[in-house]
Amino acid sequence: MKQNPISFQLKLNPEDFLPATEEEKESLVIMRESVSFWKDGFRRLVKNKVAMVSIVVILIVMVFSFIVPSFYPYSYKEQAKGANNLKPMQYSEQELEAKAAGEKVFPHIFGTDKLGRDYAIRVMMGSRISLLVGLIATAIILVIGSAYGSIAAFFGGWVDLIMMRIVDMIYTIPDVLLIVLLSFALKAPLAGLMGIQGFGWVRTVGENLISIFIVFALLYWVGMARMVRSQVLMLKESEYVTAARALGVSNGKIIKKHLLTNCIGTLIVTTTLQIPSSIFTESFLSFLGLGVAVPLPSLGSLASEAINGLNTYPHLLFIPAALISLIILSFNLLGDGLRDAFDPKLKN
Amino acid sequence: MLKYIAKRIGLAIVTIWAVATITFFLMNMVPGGPFLSEKAISPQAQAALEAKYGLDKPLFEQYITYMKDALHGDFGDSLKQRGRTVMSIITKKFPVSARVGGMAVLVALCVGVPLGCVAAIRRGKFVDSFISVVATCGIAVPSFVICTVLMYFFGVKLKILPTLGLTSWKHYIMPVIALAFYPTAYIMRLTRSSMLDVLGQDYMRTARAKGLSQVISLFKHALRNAILPVITYVGPMLAYTLSGSFVVEKIFTIPGLGGEFIGSITSRDYTVIMGTTIFLATLITIMNVVVDIVYKIVDPRIKLK
Repeated sequence: MKQNPISFQLKLNPEDFLPATEEEKESLVIMRESVSFWKDGFRRLVKNKVAMVSIVVILIVMVFSFIVPSFYPYSYKEQAKGANNLKPMQYSEQELEAKAAGEKVFPHIFGTDKLGRDYAIRVMMGSRISLLVGLIATAIILVIGSAYGSIAAFFGGWVDLIMMRIVDMIYTIPDVLLIVLLSFALKAPLAGLMGIQGFGWVRTVGENLISIFIVFALLYWVGMARMVRSQVLMLKESEYVTAARALGVSNGKIIKKHLLTNCIGTLIVTTTLQIPSSIFTESFLSFLGLGVAVPLPSLGSLASEAINGLNTYPHLLFIPAALISLIILSFNLLGDGLRDAFDPKLKN
Repeated sequence: MLKYIAKRIGLAIVTIWAVATITFFLMNMVPGGPFLSEKAISPQAQAALEAKYGLDKPLFEQYITYMKDALHGDFGDSLKQRGRTVMSIITKKFPVSARVGGMAVLVALCVGVPLGCVAAIRRGKFVDSFISVVATCGIAVPSFVICTVLMYFFGVKLKILPTLGLTSWKHYIMPVIALAFYPTAYIMRLTRSSMLDVLGQDYMRTARAKGLSQVISLFKHALRNAILPVITYVGPMLAYTLSGSFVVEKIFTIPGLGGEFIGSITSRDYTVIMGTTIFLATLITIMNVVVDIVYKIVDPRIKLK
């Protein structure tokens, strides 16, 4: 059939109207699952070599501080007679005799301290305390800070004004003052608590350590609160919040389900960066003698005790000092890596 | 501008008052007192001492009296160091801390800002990665570690620097390095990241395109914009550093305000605690106002309201 060149007649091919073959259908099937927020972030994180190395370092430190002490032949408070101030890998005379008699004696890898306690296990216990303080204090800070910041931002107006002025004030009071005063103030109630059944753990943990947690809970959430507030201020203008409100969702649920879930990236990053700063503060407090109770060691108190013998036994100082720097460094690098992975907007 | 400064000063006074009030009541709420720890003190002597300093009166009355005196510039006598006023303690100890702290801040700025700029300009090169690694490590090392390591190598092993006291210029080297370490690393990171931001801006390309030399475009356009976050950080940091770091003062036995403050807290020297807290709070709030004004000078686009 000859076609008129100016006609609008379509040139239809009957084959185009046949049902699709299996082959053609296959090309339309979504082969991969859609990439979720978490997967996307983890994929980026795994590519980051520095962050992966930090995770490995943190895991190794955790294994040594939480698992190894339970089957280590020495305990952190056991004082071996005649084994005072041993150099690393050195044996005391009694231990040498025992060795000569054919017994197996586990070496003091890092030597012993002036009371004859094995230093390696003390360092491990010390890093356990430091890690625990870092993690628990950060958990407290995360909960209080995100709740406070999101409430201030969500309700806005004078609620926000008053809540943020309180934050400013807490920023201005010297924290050392509050820490010392609180540890004095908490001594009596905590001592009372020790007597009650079921609260015996207070004694092992020590009043000072508990007051450190309370101080963190009272003071150090302000940075987190500011961070969350600035995020929520931005997010609460989003359409989905208006939609949720139109559907009659309660305020608390909007904050929990919509606002906080949406600043999860910021929360992860701020939390990871808060852990080293908590460890930092704890070691500083222990160094001042306001930290954990004897005989429980922390990396800060170990370093503090070692200062007096610096001339003769420098390794007693350098081991905890190096370890604490290593822990803080790896958490910092991990935090940087997480920020690049989960919150690319924040980069630089 | 003047109106703004007046408003800020008004707010600052409210903040200082609030901090003083909180500290006063918190301090007194805590069990124990300044004269309880002293050994062999009879109840009569203790009562007499408390009466002398007005500690036997109701708490609120003490507060009113203290605030009245403080407004007249009288911060009272030290309860523990007999015969010395709080003012004389602060005026004697603060200059010592301020000299060490001031030098440390100067070092931190003179080292941190240029190195941060260099890292940003040579982004991705060896210099950049080197500076970034140093800065990251610098942030991770607590000050007492730096102090003791410095002391061990320069004081004990090499014996080239004195370890105790503050009598010659040589004594200043180690405390200043120890104090400046963290701020230097932090300023390096801050300068680098904000400089990277600025270098990517359109006006930097324009500046180069219109034929400005690299030096002028860097100093007049880039640095001026990139320095703002550094100023925000340096303000409060300056206040804290000037008033003395307890750790550094303890390790190097420097008779400064930081050590005095901690000492007064543990010995419950109420008047010294109040005096130093008010002093520190004032210093911080002044620094915050100064930071805002410097902001305006550096970046005229910023509107103060």
